[in-house]
Amino acid sequence: MPTSSYGLIATFETAPQIYQAAQRVRDAGYKNWDCITPFPVHGLDGAMGLGRSQVPRISLVGGIIGFITGMTMIYWTGAVDYELIVGGKPYFSPMFAFPISYELTILFTAFATIGGMFFLNGLPMHYHPVLKYEHIKRGMDDTFFIVIEARDPRFNLANTKALLEQAGGKAITELEA
Amino acid sequence: MGHNHESSSPAPAILAEVNPTPFPRAVLVENNRSYSWITEKICGIIEGKTPTWWWVCFALACFVASFTVAGISYLVATGVGVWGHANPVNWAWDIVNFVFWIGIGHAGTLISAILCLLRQKWRTSINRAAEAMTIFAVVCAGIFPVFHVGRVWYAFYLFPIPNSNAIWQNFRSPLEWDVFAVSTYGTVSVLFWYVGLLPDLAILRDRFEAAGQRARSFIYGFFAMGWRGSNRHWSNYEMAYLVLAGISTPLVLSVHTIVSFDFAVSLLPGWHTTIFPPYFVAGAIFSGFGMVLTLMLPLRAVYGLQDLITQYHIDCMCKITLATGTIVGYAYGMEFFIAWYGANPNEGFAFVNRAFGHYAWAYWIMISCNVITPQFFWFKSVRHNTSLVWILSIFVNVGMWFERFVIIVTSLARDFLPSSWGYYSPSIVEIFTFFGTFGVFSVLFLLFIRFLPIMPMAELKAVTPQADVHGGEKH
Repeated sequence: MPTSSYGLIATFETAPQIYQAAQRVRDAGYKNWDCITPFPVHGLDGAMGLGRSQVPRISLVGGIIGFITGMTMIYWTGAVDYELIVGGKPYFSPMFAFPISYELTILFTAFATIGGMFFLNGLPMHYHPVLKYEHIKRGMDDTFFIVIEARDPRFNLANTKALLEQAGGKAITELEA
Repeated sequence: MGHNHESSSPAPAILAEVNPTPFPRAVLVENNRSYSWITEKICGIIEGKTPTWWWVCFALACFVASFTVAGISYLVATGVGVWGHANPVNWAWDIVNFVFWIGIGHAGTLISAILCLLRQKWRTSINRAAEAMTIFAVVCAGIFPVFHVGRVWYAFYLFPIPNSNAIWQNFRSPLEWDVFAVSTYGTVSVLFWYVGLLPDLAILRDRFEAAGQRARSFIYGFFAMGWRGSNRHWSNYEMAYLVLAGISTPLVLSVHTIVSFDFAVSLLPGWHTTIFPPYFVAGAIFSGFGMVLTLMLPLRAVYGLQDLITQYHIDCMCKITLATGTIVGYAYGMEFFIAWYGANPNEGFAFVNRAFGHYAWAYWIMISCNVITPQFFWFKSVRHNTSLVWILSIFVNVGMWFERFVIIVTSLARDFLPSSWGYYSPSIVEIFTFFGTFGVFSVLFLLFIRFLPIMPMAELKAVTPQADVHGGEKH
C-alpha cells in the first residue's frame, strides 16, 4: 500500500447498520479504527470494544486538588499569614472553611473533566485526514462512517476493503494521510 | 401471578407470562423527523437572513439595557448613597435583584444537570436555551453585588488576591462563601454549556465551509476544536458530560443554599431559620422554570419548533413549576407555624408584620403569584393553552421577585427597637438599574438565538426513534 494512505473509510446510512458493522470490525481484531457518527450512538462503545472512559479519574484528581486548595488557602491566610480575630472565633476551623472548599472542589473538577476530555481526545486538532474526506461533512449531519487506519497491524488494502464491503459499507475510499 | 397454592391447584396458570401494562413513551421528536431535518431546522435559524423582528427586539433590548448603564454610571460617579436604602434597611433591591436573577439561572442547571442524571430525555430540546438563560442570568445577578460595594474598582477585594493592606478576606462570612459559590457557578455553567455546544459548532463549521463563508467557518471551527464525530471521542465526551452533570447537581443546590445562608446565618427574626436552604432552592427552581416557559414558548412559536418542543415538554415544565410552587407554598406556611410554635415574640412579630404590616401588599402579591398561580397547572386544559401558560409564567416571575423583596425588606424595616423602624422605597436610580437588567438579559439572549444553535442537534438526533441501533426492538 502507498505510504501516503491514512486508511479506508466506508459509509453507512443508518445507526443499526454501523452498529452491526462495528461489531464485525471489532471481531476481525482491528485496533486502530474508528466510527464517525453525528451523535453518540447508544451501545456503539460496546460494539467497538471500547473500555470505560478514563475521564472520571482525571476529574477525581481535580476534585481532590480543589478541596485541598480551599482548605489550605483558608488555613494559611487566616491562621498563618495574617491572624485576625473575628467575633472571637478560632483562626481556622474546617467547618467555616467547608463551603468554599466545596465550591473549589466542584470548580477544579469541572476544569479537570473538560481538560481531561480534550486531552484524552487529542483535541484541539484542526487538521485531520478524516476531515479532508469530501463527504465527511454529512457525518456531522446524518451519515455514519467507519475508518480503519493503515497503521493497524491487520490492515491490508484488499482484505480490509472486503471486510468493510461485507459489513455493508458503501463508497469505500482510501484516505490521504 | 399472585396465588401460589400449587398443592391445591395443579392446573396451569391462566396466563403463561405476565407482562406489565405497556405504557407508551411520549415521542420527543414529533412527525418522525429525519436527522438532516433537525440539522436544517436548527442551523437554518443561524444561516438565514436576520429577521426584522430580531432587529426590532434587539433595538428595544439595547434601549432597555441603557437604563442599567445610566443607573450604574450615576452610581459610580456619585456614590452608593444614590440608592434608596438607608438605616435600618441597608440591604434592599440590590440583594433582592441579585437573588432574583441567580434563582432564575437555577432552572437551566436543573434541566441540564439534574434531569440528565435522572435520564429525563425531554430535557434535550430545551437544555441549550435554558443553560444560556442561566449564564445570562448570572451576568445580570453579578451586576448588583459588584456595584453595591460602592467603589467598584475595589471589587477585586472580594477575591483572595494580595493587596496593599496585606489583609485577607473573612472566610467565616457567608457573603464570602457567596463570592466563591456564584463565581464557581458562573464558570461551571459556561464550561458545561460549551461542552454541549462542541459538536454543534462542528456542524456549523462544516456547513459554513460548504457555503463558502470562510470567516464564519473559521470562527465556529476555532471553537469546535477540530471535533470530527469520532466515536472514541464521543465515549470520553459522554463521560465528561455525565461527570459535569454529576458535579453541577450538588453545585446548583449549594449555590442557593449559600445564598440563603446570607440570611439564615444572621440573627434577624424572619431570616434566622433552618428552612431557608431547601426553601430557597425550591423557589429558585420554581422561578427558573417560570423564566424558561417565558422564553421558550415565544421561541417555539416564532421559529416553528413545535415538533421539537412538544406539548409533552410543556406539560413536564408546567408540572415541575406546579411541584416546586407547591413546595414554596408549604414553606410559607411552615415559616408561620414555626414562628408560632417557637414562641419567640420577635419571630412571631416578624411574620405577623409580613402578612399584615406596612408591606402586606407585597406579601399578598407574593402569595397570589407563587401559591395560587401554579395551582392552575393541575388542569390539562390550562397546560394545553400555550398563551395562558405564558401569562401564568410571567406571574411566577413577578411573584418570585416579590418573595425576595418580602423576606429582605420586611425583616429589616422592623428592627428590634421601634425607634429604629423605617420604611424603604427604591430610588429612581435603583429602578433604572433593575429595569435595565431585563434589557441586558434580552440583548444577550437575542445574540444567542442569532449566532448559536438554540437546541443541541446531536442530542436531539440521539433521542429520535431511528437512532436506536436495535430498530425499536426490546432488548
